[in-house]
Amino acid sequence: MTRLLALILAPALAVAGLAAPALAQDGPLRIEITEGVVEPLPYAVPDFVAETGDAAQYAQQISRVIADDLTGTGLFREIPRDAHISRVSNFSSPIQFSDWKAINAQALITGAVSSDGAGKLTAKFRVWDVFAGTELGQGMQFSATADGWRRLAHKVADQVYSRITGEGGYFDSRVVFVSETGPKDERAKRLAVMDYDGANVQFLTSSNSIVIAPRFSPNGSRVLYTSYETGEPRIHVLDVGSVQSRMLPTTDGVMSFAPRFSPDGSQLLYSMTRGSNTDIYAMDINSGQTRQLTTAPSIETGASFSPDGSKIVFESDRSGSQQLYVMPVGGGEPTRISFGQGRYGTPVWSPRGDLIAFTKQNAGRFHIGVMRTDGSEERLLTASFLDEGPTWAPNGRVLMFARETQGATGSSSLYTVDVSGRNLKRVRTPDGASDPSWGPLQ
Amino acid sequence: MTYLPKVLMLVAGLGLAACTNPDRFGAGDGTGAGGAGYGNGSGVNGGYLDGSASDPRSPAYFNQAIGDRVLFAVDQSTLSADAQATLDAQAQWLMTNSDYLAVIEGHADEQGTREYNIALGARRANAVMEYLISKGVASGRLRQISYGKERPVEVCSQEACYAKNRRAVTVISMGMTS
Repeated sequence: MTRLLALILAPALAVAGLAAPALAQDGPLRIEITEGVVEPLPYAVPDFVAETGDAAQYAQQISRVIADDLTGTGLFREIPRDAHISRVSNFSSPIQFSDWKAINAQALITGAVSSDGAGKLTAKFRVWDVFAGTELGQGMQFSATADGWRRLAHKVADQVYSRITGEGGYFDSRVVFVSETGPKDERAKRLAVMDYDGANVQFLTSSNSIVIAPRFSPNGSRVLYTSYETGEPRIHVLDVGSVQSRMLPTTDGVMSFAPRFSPDGSQLLYSMTRGSNTDIYAMDINSGQTRQLTTAPSIETGASFSPDGSKIVFESDRSGSQQLYVMPVGGGEPTRISFGQGRYGTPVWSPRGDLIAFTKQNAGRFHIGVMRTDGSEERLLTASFLDEGPTWAPNGRVLMFARETQGATGSSSLYTVDVSGRNLKRVRTPDGASDPSWGPLQ
Repeated sequence: MTYLPKVLMLVAGLGLAACTNPDRFGAGDGTGAGGAGYGNGSGVNGGYLDGSASDPRSPAYFNQAIGDRVLFAVDQSTLSADAQATLDAQAQWLMTNSDYLAVIEGHADEQGTREYNIALGARRANAVMEYLISKGVASGRLRQISYGKERPVEVCSQEACYAKNRRAVTVISMGMTS
């Protein structure tokens, strides 16, 4: 245990205060995630050893998913397997560090997969700091049913990511989103949930009604969403396990939408429209008791809690255009925080509490951006015809959002981008996709 | 066995016809008129489908001769002089044909965030509803709903299309009890 702590903590102390230590080449293995340019850390992940015959089909796949996770962050670069000198055929054999140094693998991940013959898979792994010639952290193992083999891989990759970056992982997480088919003027929408990387898509609703903007509960067990099932938009809450949903007791015959859970999952913020006026309300989910938070005659919507539950950020056009405001959740005067050119909407507070992500519209383009919670240090991370609706990865380092392409054949897809603006990537989904909401690390 | 595909094709054909003919009942998406007390517009209106637009009591006249929709400027819900003229005629028709109810559907173009556009569409629908009420239509016959940018009628990403999508459509249906 002492050795583990030393390995994890020492590098953090070593790099503290450095402006942009892209990659700590000297000393123990470490990537410091900053806004500087990162040279991806070279690593090797030989195929995991199959310790039982029926684990063979999973051993290779698991190591491939681990590599996809790590390389997909843009922080790691895999050394191709055909360049490997050593073969790892036994999980317990000593590591030939010189063979891995020779191909400049700074990190090495070894592992093994076994099956108990009754449908349970176990994956164990070790992470090695090749140039230090030591193990990074301690070996661990995870078990799952065979159809959960991807989760085993994500759990291993989260551990590797965490040990090398010092940040929480995000690979073993799910995203709820709207799956879209059909042309723009006849688009069918269904709620769906998938792994963060687009695998294992499951549909949660039929396409009989328009559904928009699902939002995961903090523990991932429930989803709030807006459906036109009753004619007007109303908020529903769905239990992910049973796939049963119920409509929340917002006012009948009145549009309610833009729901979002409180950090403890007991309340939601939402918008309700009366006449031409849209305001923000809070509801206790169990009792159905509601409270009005804004009273201006303008449009107030898109409310999101701070992670400590004390404040909300929302958008309002009270100034004449959509801008972002922060106010105490107990009520009080909202403070405007967005002052740049253009319009700002869909604010979402980072799980770390340090940043607010938003959609910005300016000069005919859409951007995903972040700013500090007082509105300072605005940075735009993307630009396109239509980018919209950021959602934070559980570790607050990556954002997912929807990008719609223009024209009659335009369609929507999900993308991720680092909070630094690096590593913009499309998430592969079987159909069109929009309105992502990233769930917790499982 | 050979009947099954024909039946399926017929059903599919009907579905397609309903969806590609958006002008007959305003936005053309039956999803808009499903509220309690408003009946199913397409069913009750069925008798009028063959009625000609020259019959001033017909929904076809309302939709085509008067015009079932008004358009808005970018990010605005103000009624233009043209829009007011259309709505004056809509109000007149609704007062003459007092058996009908109307749902006013507000819409936005795609240049906006999804939830804001729902609120913006509501503002547009409400501007129409308030105007019709100010001209004497009983408020109990009117209802508003917003689809935001979810139901465009034009699909190009140019102002020519956006202008037609920034709309409020008065969708009439026969009242159940009036």
